[in-house]
Amino acid sequence: MAMDLIQKRLLREVADLHDVPAGAYNIRADGQLAGRNTTANIDIVTKTDKPGIDIIVKPGTKNESMHIPVIIEKSGLQDLVYNDFFIGEDCDVTIVAGCGINNCGTQESRHDGVHSFFVGKNSRVRYIEKHYGEGDGRGTNVMNPTTIVELGEGGYMEMETTQIKGIDSTIRNTTAKLADGAQLIIKEKIMTHGTQYAETNFTVDLDGEDSSTNVISRSVAREDSRQMFNSNIRGNNRCAGHSECDAIIMDNASVGARPEITANSVEASLIHEAAIGKIAGDQLVKLMTLGLTEKEAEEQIVNGFLK
Amino acid sequence: MLELQHISFEAETDDGVHKILRDVSLTIDERMVVITGPNGSGKSTLAKIIAGIETPTEGTILLDGENITHLSITERAHKGISFAFQQPVRFKGITVFDLISIASGKKLTVSEACNYLSEVGLCARDYVNREVNGSLSGGELKRIEIATMLARGTKISIFDEPEAGIDLWSFNNLIKVFEQMYATIHGSILIISHQERILENADKIVVLADGEIRAVGDKDEIMPELMNASGICSRLVDRV
Ligand SMILES: Nc1ncnc2c1ncn2[C@@H]1O[C@H](COP(=O)(O)OP(=O)(O)OP(=O)(O)O)[C@@H](O)[C@H]1O
Ligand SMILES: [Mg+2]
Repeated sequence: MAMDLIQKRLLREVADLHDVPAGAYNIRADGQLAGRNTTANIDIVTKTDKPGIDIIVKPGTKNESMHIPVIIEKSGLQDLVYNDFFIGEDCDVTIVAGCGINNCGTQESRHDGVHSFFVGKNSRVRYIEKHYGEGDGRGTNVMNPTTIVELGEGGYMEMETTQIKGIDSTIRNTTAKLADGAQLIIKEKIMTHGTQYAETNFTVDLDGEDSSTNVISRSVAREDSRQMFNSNIRGNNRCAGHSECDAIIMDNASVGARPEITANSVEASLIHEAAIGKIAGDQLVKLMTLGLTEKEAEEQIVNGFLK
Repeated sequence: MLELQHISFEAETDDGVHKILRDVSLTIDERMVVITGPNGSGKSTLAKIIAGIETPTEGTILLDGENITHLSITERAHKGISFAFQQPVRFKGITVFDLISIASGKKLTVSEACNYLSEVGLCARDYVNREVNGSLSGGELKRIEIATMLARGTKISIFDEPEAGIDLWSFNNLIKVFEQMYATIHGSILIISHQERILENADKIVVLADGEIRAVGDKDEIMPELMNASGICSRLVDRV
């Protein structure tokens, strides 16, 4: 598989990959398969009814990782893909997905990925997703990722999503259903600037006894960008749910948070925390007394916040 | 040398203009100068005026003869003024290492940062990668604040109630930290404090009450008067 320099750079941004990765991978470039590798425990099969792939992880697979990056260089490409992950029982795996767009044209480039995770009993999954866009044209970069999670009994999934600049419009939908004893941790980091718009919608159904979730969102909105955070955690059993939305707002940006928690069981314990505000004045002042300019102090605070 | 000339500070509140500092003149050239006085007497405000966080309504500030009254916080920091806050600031995501590095103004190695932490009695390995956030205790934050001052190493170091929240063991060491700081930096240390032990180490004590300087002198002159606490209080009563 031959990759050009731009493709290599996008891969580095979204998957921390410097070259073709070790282990299982499936690289999609401009709507086409650009490389695939399967291992003894991880199979990747192209879907026949719609664009996308099935990733099948054998029960008992431990300490393996897979990379599923998508890169788009063609201005105006509209890409829709379905990736289904079937994780067997007793697995412990890391999945790195991401989408990088380099749009140097004037048309809208768009990637809508629907990722479904069916996590077997007592399996642990770490899912890392990065979104990155760049371009020197006036074409807009659009990404609308949908994530569907079904966690089996005792299953654990940690999902980290990062979107720093470059994406003009994004609507992220995440829905999850948890069985007995399952746990879902979501960590979201977003920074928008210019006139970007980012919306995230989380719906978590805590169906199982002793299931739990923690949804943590940290975001920074600068310039004229807009963000909207919606979450709904439903406690349908004895369970624990916590969500936390923490946003820094700068310039003329706008941030909304609509957190919802619904208890359908007296044994459900649900908490939501939300805070939106500008950078605290005493934080700026402290860093300025250490010799930073106001601008440098701002950068430090924002970088730390999103780290 | 730091000189404050006729510094006054007024703040607007709901019930009108408040005179917080009245015609404060003071020279700081000694090894260790301690400002003491009742709560609300204007000590922290004076420190903020020196650091550039508040602008005096009247008066002039000279640093080694240069007028710095209208310089920004950052410019004063570069000229050699450091300020440890009475209430240290918390940051989400900024680590102790980050903060000490920023304070030092250069690329620090982890072991250099650890040395500063060890000097203030913190087991460096446990702290260097922790975030300077709400998970640190008040006393820990105070000590980290002092460590950043060591990393700064400037000619004027202002500490606002450094002893607050620090336990007894550390208290003995705190005095040593100041002595060592002077030995390496040779700058002036200005400490706002209510602690007798710190006052005893001062080369000059300044008593501030109701926004005015009530007394300036060495410890032999001031301590006896302070110990007879009614001294200041009765004068306060006189004012009312
Ligand atoms: N910006 C401001 N606006 C209004 N009032 C202020 C302002 N800054 C300080 N003050 C008031 O000025 C007085 C002096 O405050 P300051 O914090 O300097 O006291 P302090 O001597 O440091 O007290 P403490 O020993 O309790 O730390 C207080 O009454 C305070 O409420
Ligand atoms: Mg004070």
